[in-house]
Amino acid sequence: MRFIPTLPTAARASRRKFICWLASFSASILFTSSSFAAPATSEVNTTGLAVTDDTVTVGILHSVTGTMAISETGSVQAEKLAIKQINDMGGVLGRKIEYIQEDGASDWPTFAEKAKKLLVNDKVASVFGCWTSASRKAVLPVFEQYNGMLYYPTFYEGLEQSPNVIYTGQEATQQILAGIDWVVEEKGAKSFYLLGSDYIWPRTSNKIARKHIEKLGLKVVGEEYYPLGHTQFNSVINKIKLRKPDVIYAIVVGGSNVAFYKQLKAAGIDMTKEKPLLLTISVTEDEIRGIGGENIEGAYAAMKYFQSLDNENNKSFVKAFKEMWGEDIVVGDVTQAAYLGPWLWKAAVEKAGSFDIDKVRAASPGIELTTAPEGYVRIHENHHLWSKTRIGRAKTDGQYEVVYETEELMEPDPFPKGYQ
Amino acid sequence: MSTNDIRAYMPKGDLISLLILAVLILVVFPLSMDIFRLNLVGKYLTYAFVAIGLVLCWGYGGILSLGQGVFFGLGGYCMAMFLKLEASSPEATKIQSTPGIPDFMDWNQITELPWFWEPFYSFPFTILAVLIVPTIFAYIIGAAMFKRRVGGVYFAIITQAVASILTVLIIGQQGYTGGVNGITDLRTLLGWDIRTDSAKFILYFVNAGLLIGCLLIAQYIRKSKLGRLLVAMREREDRVRFSGYDVSDFKIFVFCIGAMFSAIGGAMFTLQVGFMSPSFVGIVPSIEMVIFCAVGGRLSIFGAVYGALLVNWSKTTFSESFPELWLFAMGALFIGVVMAFPSGLAGLYKQHIGPRIRNTLATIRRDYLASRANAKSQSFATD
Amino acid sequence: MFSDYTSTELVSIFAMQGFAGLILFSVFVLMALGLAIIFGQMGVINMAHGEFMILGAYVTYLLSNLFETHMPALFSIYFFVAMIVAFFAAGALGALVEWGLIRHLYRRPLDTLLATWGLSLILQQTYRTVFGAREVGVSLPDWLMGSIPLTDIIEIPINGLFVMGLTLTIAVSVYFLMFKSRWGGQVRAVVQNRPMAGAVGINTEKTDRITFALGCGIAGVAGSAFTMIGSTGPSSGQLYIVDTFLVVVFGGAQSLLGTIASAFTISQAQSTMEFFLSGSMAKVLTLLTVVGILMLRPQGLFALKIRH
Repeated sequence: MRFIPTLPTAARASRRKFICWLASFSASILFTSSSFAAPATSEVNTTGLAVTDDTVTVGILHSVTGTMAISETGSVQAEKLAIKQINDMGGVLGRKIEYIQEDGASDWPTFAEKAKKLLVNDKVASVFGCWTSASRKAVLPVFEQYNGMLYYPTFYEGLEQSPNVIYTGQEATQQILAGIDWVVEEKGAKSFYLLGSDYIWPRTSNKIARKHIEKLGLKVVGEEYYPLGHTQFNSVINKIKLRKPDVIYAIVVGGSNVAFYKQLKAAGIDMTKEKPLLLTISVTEDEIRGIGGENIEGAYAAMKYFQSLDNENNKSFVKAFKEMWGEDIVVGDVTQAAYLGPWLWKAAVEKAGSFDIDKVRAASPGIELTTAPEGYVRIHENHHLWSKTRIGRAKTDGQYEVVYETEELMEPDPFPKGYQ
Repeated sequence: MSTNDIRAYMPKGDLISLLILAVLILVVFPLSMDIFRLNLVGKYLTYAFVAIGLVLCWGYGGILSLGQGVFFGLGGYCMAMFLKLEASSPEATKIQSTPGIPDFMDWNQITELPWFWEPFYSFPFTILAVLIVPTIFAYIIGAAMFKRRVGGVYFAIITQAVASILTVLIIGQQGYTGGVNGITDLRTLLGWDIRTDSAKFILYFVNAGLLIGCLLIAQYIRKSKLGRLLVAMREREDRVRFSGYDVSDFKIFVFCIGAMFSAIGGAMFTLQVGFMSPSFVGIVPSIEMVIFCAVGGRLSIFGAVYGALLVNWSKTTFSESFPELWLFAMGALFIGVVMAFPSGLAGLYKQHIGPRIRNTLATIRRDYLASRANAKSQSFATD
Repeated sequence: MFSDYTSTELVSIFAMQGFAGLILFSVFVLMALGLAIIFGQMGVINMAHGEFMILGAYVTYLLSNLFETHMPALFSIYFFVAMIVAFFAAGALGALVEWGLIRHLYRRPLDTLLATWGLSLILQQTYRTVFGAREVGVSLPDWLMGSIPLTDIIEIPINGLFVMGLTLTIAVSVYFLMFKSRWGGQVRAVVQNRPMAGAVGINTEKTDRITFALGCGIAGVAGSAFTMIGSTGPSSGQLYIVDTFLVVVFGGAQSLLGTIASAFTISQAQSTMEFFLSGSMAKVLTLLTVVGILMLRPQGLFALKIRH
């Protein structure tokens, strides 16, 4: 942009500056005053939410029992930590956060039922929860009907954009595109073997990956899906050996993950030699604990967060997390995204000056968090987060060594044009 | 049918049980609960359809199916397909690359509605499909197995395998079935919004009415010659066969009836909960459905309804207060019912509570008579 | 489908798939042997079979931790110790379950199914409470990892060889135990005619208990071995249960040889189909074929004619 310093523009500019200053000044007055005396409940809550003069109630909705409890435990812990920290800082609009925790029991109608209970009976001001896409799809109509707010932490397949959900994890393109670009540019990868568990997230993600790979003029030499919980991968490993791809692009989940990596290692595919190299978007530090660091050493993962990220925010987050939940616990990508939920909600409530769902929603786009363990995030108009993509390399101790991060924040695009 | 016939099919005790149950579901629940809880009860009652079917198959026929979820799911999916097509009008789905087809198909690059979805534009067809598709499926399984005299444990395991196959298929063919997410975001039934409170209220009563209808059919079967034959078969199959009956036909019939009941339950589930997913088709839900029946009492169709209500209600409350303990409680329930109360709630009632009530009633009556007699003799005395 | 490959590659395909099928075969036999003994010989359906396997896996996990911290010098042989301990731990739990639960239900086979399902729920939640909801990683001694390269494509995984060796050992031991030992004779006598066996002085109750414990013990060893190739979590046992039952039923419940033959058929069919189809479809087709054949031949591949 050309800038010609003429008098009127300069005057306008300085006036704008002054208005900005005035605004921030009044904002700071407002802010300080709010920490002295909380605004009256009748002002901040016009829709009958569970807000009293000194408390506000939110919901936590994850599976504590059933098969998904394995994955969702970390998210529950992160959300409780965030709530505790917010309370230690004085709460939200002068009110301490109280939470009601419900168990989705790895069962989708139970999720819908509990979501409805939280919104209708408990009148919670916001809900942090869900993990699988199926559970989110099940609660979505409930949140839209009763106008609730859900902070959803998992990286997922995209293809959704609800006014009642803030997606604090990545949608598919944010995980996939930068990762593939990186192996192509840095590692000279020419051919890919796509592999996944058989359900919507791996299938949609591989679809996007395939389109991207083909756009780059490169080859997909195989694409394959196994049922959830499958434990025998010798056949696909044989196929990989025959087709000799440069990259195994693996989106295997759950118990299958453990079987897959153990058998890959046993079949003599040494990922540290990068022939072929393995890139995954489904294995966080949490999963490595089950797989065993020695079985996955050398694999690359494309995520937005790794526990080993070297910044002050993250160090204090990991420290607090371990203080609260034990020294030998690990923090994965989704856990961090779950931790963002309460903080993003707090920021939106304070910007709106109200707990009312509609006002919080209106205030949400543009909310930024400079204290996020992953660095800096901002809520996009489409309710997803702007965040960076990072590539980590698995080490035997179960941690990732960050080898690359995108310079810019990746724009979330749940309905990517040209990838559907 | 003369009054005598009616009495033969509906003895006094059963009539009273039916009336109590009807009053409970039609009057007590709707009056004492808000719409949220009532909707939950409605959901539990959809499992009662399965449990009634299981009483007939398992309690009377001795056929334990561990795949009732298959029929529940098929019924539910048929209904969900209709509702999904209605929710996917070209206007509502105009942002898709192919408007007018369900959203999950669009995400899977399907550009044309698959042929087997086409008929589900029609509501009468859907109703027929809900009833007939699972029944035909049950007939195929039943005919293949029972004609070859497969039963008991083998049958249980094969139905389990069928449940597992169907789950993998539904999840794998996500372009046609919605995959693991199921068919979600169902909105209207013939233009009537099923998500509103008033709709849920009405659906609850439709559900309750259908349930009572199924109970009447089950009662009819139970008291008919067929019911007696089923019991005879369960006890000594060869003797029934030697008496000249084709045992397998009766088994197939009752298995199909059980499947049809489950399918009605599944369809009502879809309507009341607003979605259908493969998690109701698999092995775990199928076995849980058996426990509803076992808790209620495998020989009592009314017990089955109470069993479904009680287990699900305690699941909800238990997992609200002690989520970690729920599986322990559920496990203990399985073992306890099998070990201590093989005939479930109904047996408990018949053996302990029923006689006590009768005794108390008898005592009250005796006392009353005695006091009247006393009063009479006293009045004589004063004369 | 063959035209994409050269002839040397085709040879490799068949060699490797054959081997993959053999590993799958061993896994199936390991899973099914314990169940075949319990179900085939006693007519009891043990739905908690998978949980007994996972008990073995957790025992292995505990011992690997123990050896790593206290006896690192002996770490390379801990796996053998773990398998033995897993056998006895699962066997002991099995005997306890037989005593407390199963023996009351011998006349009601369908009820054992429900009761053991309840047991499996309780065991799962116990594992979850004790070991946490997350999967645990079991570290293996170095010599069990890696592979032996035969050609540049064909490589033989060592842990696959180990599983195969283990399966062979167990199968042979079970054979000798059942058909060559005095105790095996007693078990078969009880299976074929319980009152008569009792009449000639066989303690049928004790025989039942030991048979059940043996079946569970074998499940424990299987679980221990599966830490090498699969996951160890509270609900991992559920992943195996349907396949296991199908293998046993397909083989014809009363025949151990049938179990082995059916494990072979199913595993070879599955691994061949997996190569030419996608994994999910191969699974569905395998299961469908098995169910289809069972409908035509419900008594299974190798049925013995016995009186009940």
